[in-house]
Amino acid sequence: MNENKSGSNLENVLRAGHFAFTGECGPPKGANVGHLKEKIAFLKGNVDAVNITDNQTAVVRMSSWAASAISVQEGVEPNFQMVCRDRNRLAMMSDILGVYSLGARNMLCLSGDHQRFGNHPDAKNVYDIDSLQLIALAKKMRDEGKFLNGEAIDVAPKLFIGAACNPFADPFEFRVHRLAKKINAGADFVQTQCIYNMAKFRTFMKMAVDMGLTEKCFVLAGVTPLKSIGMAQYMAKQVPGMDVPAEVIDRLKGVGKGKAAEEGIKFAIEQIEEFKEMEGVAGVHLMAIEWEHKVAQIAEQAKMLPRPVV
Amino acid sequence: MIIGDRKSLAEILDMIKDCRNILITGCKGCVTVCNVGGLKEVQVLASSLKIARKKEGRPITIEENLLERQCDPEYIAEVSDIIHNYDAVVSMACGVGPQFLSEAYPKQKFFPAINTKFFGGATAHGIWEERCAGCGSCVIHQYDGLCPISRCSKSLMNGPCGGSANGLCEISRDVVCIWDMIVKKKMEQGRLDDLLAVAPAKDWSTSRDGGPRKSIREELTQ
Repeated sequence: MNENKSGSNLENVLRAGHFAFTGECGPPKGANVGHLKEKIAFLKGNVDAVNITDNQTAVVRMSSWAASAISVQEGVEPNFQMVCRDRNRLAMMSDILGVYSLGARNMLCLSGDHQRFGNHPDAKNVYDIDSLQLIALAKKMRDEGKFLNGEAIDVAPKLFIGAACNPFADPFEFRVHRLAKKINAGADFVQTQCIYNMAKFRTFMKMAVDMGLTEKCFVLAGVTPLKSIGMAQYMAKQVPGMDVPAEVIDRLKGVGKGKAAEEGIKFAIEQIEEFKEMEGVAGVHLMAIEWEHKVAQIAEQAKMLPRPVV
Repeated sequence: MIIGDRKSLAEILDMIKDCRNILITGCKGCVTVCNVGGLKEVQVLASSLKIARKKEGRPITIEENLLERQCDPEYIAEVSDIIHNYDAVVSMACGVGPQFLSEAYPKQKFFPAINTKFFGGATAHGIWEERCAGCGSCVIHQYDGLCPISRCSKSLMNGPCGGSANGLCEISRDVVCIWDMIVKKKMEQGRLDDLLAVAPAKDWSTSRDGGPRKSIREELTQ
């Protein structure tokens, strides 16, 4: 796992053996470049790369490639996200070429939430290829310099290829095998779903380590600080594949009125400290949803600063 | 078989609002089997329309008819003598019926009374479920007889996605996660290895994506 395939900073940090720290930024629901730049600025210097989400929760936003290009301009390395819901294989390949040309060096391959959850539930979904096939496609473009049809690419896009992994979706026993499939397809790194059930995640990581998966792929543990009891309850009940144990909700309830957000951050920091010691975990992916201004504080308190320069 | 649902009475009434004399024709094929466009349903629709129009003070005359199959020109020809006796014709077949009728009788107006939905079957009395997307290149043998193309909301060939919980799909608690069933069946039968390789991108050219499709059986065209 030593050779850098992409020239990405995130890849450099991971291959040098540092504990990586990535953030997340959702593009605006409009062309509000100023607001996007403000959110990106909160992350600058505090993370190794920023995931630029792609119409997350199937809500239309500024395109992830355009927001990724803006992030490059702002001096913050993007992790360009691409979902299979909105593009066929032609659009995917042309967007991969485009975003690489604009300076992106990381890409995260996702199925994407079903459009039923979004603001255009009447849309047609694409799913021409699935996330595993997208990983394989990005790898083929990078390593073979070929399009899916086998034709040669004139300057191949060299991207550090990422995938998502949800250890909390069912069936649990298959999740580690699906991770292995993603690695076999070409994933260099994975970022997990937000973790709240630490016991289950420990079990999952042990399975991944035992199968040798963490020798082949960098696993970044997903952390989303809980802002409120309401948010925790919503995630526990309404978000499929999300596991928020009752004791976590009780912990937020126990600290008294107005202090839940602070406790949420405290829990996130404890998690990060544990992940630093957990076998097979190569970093943390912090998804501070619409809480970008808290990232510096969390990074500081979790002793993740300064970020390494490789 | 093809499964459909009848359009609402209001929608059908609106379609025929300018008509005073119509023919309703059912089909003895799939729509009879799924209780949506057979003889009984033709009679029910005719009565309902007549009652509604009578209430409006604009009574309508309706003839009832049932064709052997509306997807076959041979049977479509059976109504050639009467088809022009009406202001319009309402077909209770799947979407194929009113099209075959329109092609055979270009001077007549045909209205669909059925929303054609999917290829499937009855899982219980009065309940039909989708089983096939008509993709034109069947892969169900790779998934132990369970089709992820028609039954996974994302048509994933390498599922289950991160939204699978308790055997249910993320889109609704009324939708089974077919990938949960596929994985469990493979595990129970000790054949999980079948799922470990990455299923490559599918050739969708045999599906609707390849354009309107045609099937030619040379030996029958002679």
